[in-house]
Amino acid sequence: MSGRIEMRFADLRTRNRAALIPFITAGDPLPEATVAVMHALVEAGADLIELGMPFSDPMADGPVIQHADERALRNHVGIADILGWVREFRLRDDATPVVLMGYLNPIEIHGVERFARGAVAAGVDGVLIVDCPIEEDAALQPLRAAGLARILLAAPTTTDARLARALEAAEGYLYYVSFAGITGAAKLSADAIATRVSGMRRHARVPVAVGFGIKDAASAGAVAAFADAVVIGSALVDRLAGAGSPGDACRRARDFLLPVREAIRESGENP
Amino acid sequence: MVEDYYAYPDAHGRFGAYGGTFVAETLIAPLDELKAAYLRLRDDPAFQREFADDLKHYVGRPSPIYHAKRLSQQNGGAQILLKREDLNHTGAHKINNTVGQALVARAIGKQRIIAETGAGQHGVATATVCARFGMQCVVYMGAVDIERQKINVYRMKLLGAEVIPVTSGSQTLKDALNEALRDWVTNVADTFYIIGTVAGPHPYPMMVRDFNAVVGREARAQMLEQFGRLPDVLTACVGGGSNAIGLFHAFLNDREVRIVGAEAAGEGIATGQHAASLAAGRPGVLHGNRTYVLCDDDGQITETHSVSAGLDYPGVGPEHAFLKDSGRAEYVGVTDDEALAAFHLLCETEGILPALESSHAVAQAIKLARELPKDKLILCNLSGRGDKDVHTIAKREHIEL
Repeated sequence: MSGRIEMRFADLRTRNRAALIPFITAGDPLPEATVAVMHALVEAGADLIELGMPFSDPMADGPVIQHADERALRNHVGIADILGWVREFRLRDDATPVVLMGYLNPIEIHGVERFARGAVAAGVDGVLIVDCPIEEDAALQPLRAAGLARILLAAPTTTDARLARALEAAEGYLYYVSFAGITGAAKLSADAIATRVSGMRRHARVPVAVGFGIKDAASAGAVAAFADAVVIGSALVDRLAGAGSPGDACRRARDFLLPVREAIRESGENP
Repeated sequence: MVEDYYAYPDAHGRFGAYGGTFVAETLIAPLDELKAAYLRLRDDPAFQREFADDLKHYVGRPSPIYHAKRLSQQNGGAQILLKREDLNHTGAHKINNTVGQALVARAIGKQRIIAETGAGQHGVATATVCARFGMQCVVYMGAVDIERQKINVYRMKLLGAEVIPVTSGSQTLKDALNEALRDWVTNVADTFYIIGTVAGPHPYPMMVRDFNAVVGREARAQMLEQFGRLPDVLTACVGGGSNAIGLFHAFLNDREVRIVGAEAAGEGIATGQHAASLAAGRPGVLHGNRTYVLCDDDGQITETHSVSAGLDYPGVGPEHAFLKDSGRAEYVGVTDDEALAAFHLLCETEGILPALESSHAVAQAIKLARELPKDKLILCNLSGRGDKDVHTIAKREHIEL
């Protein structure tokens, strides 16, 4: 394993701060902006980047990410492009972990082993495949074998028995979906999930990240008080959507993320 | 070599390499709940009695097998027999499944029902059972399909359902399915998702097959009674594949019966404008199961084309993928033009107006009959009636109504 994810979380633990994980869709709004936006996010305080791999039928995503995927696909963004962008990002940043997030079909058609080799060579650290639960783990075995962290999801509907299994098998971090729904939907209630996430953290060998429903500095700050990491996706993707140039996209990314990072810093330092 | 086709799916919902549970984490628990409930009800005599009773008195089963003598004669080959699913209540085989799933929903106490629909037949069949049980009904339908199936949209509304247009992607059946899955993941506590075909995550391909398998069980007994033997060939149209598996299933271990599925070849498979996932697709993962899909080299699902909305789907039930690979069934393409010609021929020779979906099966039966001698029997699943398609056909043939 690359070790970037572990190192990053270990470092944050010594500073007693939750990680900030922004999500963007690769190739959206402009294919030529993706690498620049990744750097801008790091400059604005991102600790790890989740890069969405667009899919024609993103059944777990809400309209914001669905439209981002459609825009990216109109530009024919494919796995080769995405791995190329990670490789380019790594030329200037060898420390920030990058996790690819997407659906199984594009990876299977590309070839899972070929994808695993390409991802490792490009400097990818982990992979989260939304429609591949732990029951279907065999499909992604080559990713683990190649040393990529297999990020697993847990949800409010996940039973305790399954959760124990996921906590056992999770690599990198466990992504807790804060409510039953699609990305970008209703606002979450931090109090309601704090107890469950705290319980998970007691049993987990990996950090617990919380995503879905985190829209702004206030909600990010509230979640950072009890989670190891805060994932923020749809609200950021929505902000980037109208960007007319790579410079504009970077400006939007920074303007969006800076106050979010501020909120996390405060909550971590004053628990 | 597959020994016993009734050993599938296995406990993980796999039909050989196909099927499975490829969904987001949030849906695992409700699918486990559904699987447990269904397996319990499947072995519950009271449930099976009520299902059989509803099929008889509400759906109007058994549906007859009709010997299409003039069609066979005019065609000049083997005898074409029609399993008349078009005579069911609501006009298609779809009601078999919705009656069954509504009973499951009631048994596990879910009051809100959602469904996806392509041609509108499954939407109508779902709205129908919801009206009967006093359940709330929400149907997702692609905006393109709403335009081509206006009559069914109105029927659903008359039955008290809310029809939600889906404007993402290709605005057809696959997008309606995505949207229904999104609704389910959001309202999972009180909502039951009645999937209309033998696709989706386990246990749907198994459960929907079981509810439609009454078609083949009846047909097998009727063949023995009316003709003293099994048919030589079975044929049915395949979109998601629920009417086809319904007919095929009872005959899977009768190796001497040839099985041919007719997929929508649209404007011709070579043109790329088609929906023939088995004939022209490749193994992949879509809508919760591993199966044959139509996608490009980047793994993106491609837009499909068929004159019939009910076959316009880029995937197919995983059991069909398994039957294809094992060689038990063949899957071939039937073009829009061939289906239209079969539609007219059946209208004119037999006084039966088939659905455009079913017209693909009729076209395939006609082709098969021409290659076979007069004493051979071809059993074709006439899965639905064509009243809903009259406007589409008139428009296609430049006739103003």
